[in-house]
Amino acid sequence: MNKVIYLDNAATTKVYPEVVEAMNPYFTQIYGNPSSIYSFAGEATKAVAKARETLADLIHANPEEVYFTGGGSESDNWALKATAEAYANKGKHIITTKIEHHAILHTCDYLEKRGYEVTYLDVDEYGTIKLDELEKAIRPDTILISVMTANNEIGTIQPIAEIGQIAKAHGVLFHTDAVQAFGHIEIDVDKMNIDMLSASGHKINGPKGIGLMYIRKGVKIRSFIHGGAQERSRRAGTHNVPGIVGFAKAAELAKASLGDRIAYETELRDYLIDRVLKEIPYSRLNGARESRLPNNANFCFQYIEGESLLILLDQKGICGSSGSACTSGSLDPSHVLLAIGLPHEIAHGSLRLTLSEETTKEEIDFTVDELKKIVERLRSMSPLYEDFLKKGGK
Amino acid sequence: MYSEKVMVHFNNPRNVGEIENASGVGTVGNAKCGDIMRMYLDINEEGIIRDVKFKTFGCGAAVATSSMATELVKGKTVQEALQVTNKAVCEALDGLPPVKVHCSLLAEEAIHAALWDYAEKNHIVIEGLEKPVNDISEKEDDVSETY
Repeated sequence: MNKVIYLDNAATTKVYPEVVEAMNPYFTQIYGNPSSIYSFAGEATKAVAKARETLADLIHANPEEVYFTGGGSESDNWALKATAEAYANKGKHIITTKIEHHAILHTCDYLEKRGYEVTYLDVDEYGTIKLDELEKAIRPDTILISVMTANNEIGTIQPIAEIGQIAKAHGVLFHTDAVQAFGHIEIDVDKMNIDMLSASGHKINGPKGIGLMYIRKGVKIRSFIHGGAQERSRRAGTHNVPGIVGFAKAAELAKASLGDRIAYETELRDYLIDRVLKEIPYSRLNGARESRLPNNANFCFQYIEGESLLILLDQKGICGSSGSACTSGSLDPSHVLLAIGLPHEIAHGSLRLTLSEETTKEEIDFTVDELKKIVERLRSMSPLYEDFLKKGGK
Repeated sequence: MYSEKVMVHFNNPRNVGEIENASGVGTVGNAKCGDIMRMYLDINEEGIIRDVKFKTFGCGAAVATSSMATELVKGKTVQEALQVTNKAVCEALDGLPPVKVHCSLLAEEAIHAALWDYAEKNHIVIEGLEKPVNDISEKEDDVSETY
């Protein structure tokens, strides 16, 4: 059991060898600080500028609107806290959703404790927000709408262009956490009227510890990390040059493969979903069937619990994740699964499998075959399943 | 994250199943929190636990503590079974991660709930046994009685 079947690409991805290769010289040879004057550092400065262009290109932005950060969570924190501070004179109301990543939700919680008001939009059973509810939630003192591009757990893609249009029509800033979507689906900050966008390197086969924030020209948010004058004085700290170069290389590869990758992953994902729903009784798909990240599948298996499922899958070399309480470190299962209306006991039995372009059909077949046996085994020892059978299977 | 012992019991749980016409059955836990244990006891006339089976819905620790708890009470008298505390279950498993200690508590409660059911069925009082608070089937009974 040495072979690993890695189906947790929403958690993080493998760094591609080409990315490592691109990064390597910036550790040992071109190690100068891009902020330095001497010509030795000039190559590093150039590399950062070129990387900024590549990354901006992926979302159709201008390079000077892209700011490097330490990752997706920092970008999310920056967008929310700095907007709250900069626009406090206009108002203290923020609109977001119930299914955001904790980097958004916990930051909102932090702001609420400091006098800001936050509206958390509901989602429908597929995890999509309702545009009329968004529009109704906007008030004269609303300063920001923050809605994720695609959900990290259930993969549902939000109607970002429509949200951007509503935000623009009402003169409210629009931020989107695109950590799961960046490099995985088409994003155009102009067409979608996005004012701020968070993205991360390690979700697209780049390195960890590097992210970016797109900030549209004219958005008046200030520095979140104070210190040096890097990033047009908006984000202090010596540039993570190898990280930036690696992030850009990953984005370049992601752009080149985007169309083929979406087609390949979507087909394989649908094959996985179809097999599971057909062959494993009392299972359901969480999230939207169509408007969904190409690599995301999320299931619930009734009468069993997610952590047990993960441990048994792990023993077969299969890496997945779950929204059960045991994996979240609290007594409550995933807030996303509860928000789409699942009862607690069903939400505890969830499994997320996220593919990559390197995932093979053989791996999916092996996974489903093992999954069938594991679900059956856990059900055979589940008192909930026993009750269900005694009630005549209804 | 788990000790080797926990993994042994999770992978190969002892005494999984049901006992028909059991002397006592106890179900504890709450599907909301993600853990439910059901314990079946077969107790002979001398008050010795001849057989014990369990079913559990829950995480790795919940399964392992159920399994270990059945091992610890099997062949014991009712009074001895009462002495099987969550601490004893924990220690027998070489410890549990702090967030999982409540699972061992559930195992203790499951034994108590099954013993309580046995005592009620036989109209006896087991000294030192308090009515378990976390008995789901009992709660359901309470609800049905109000109708």
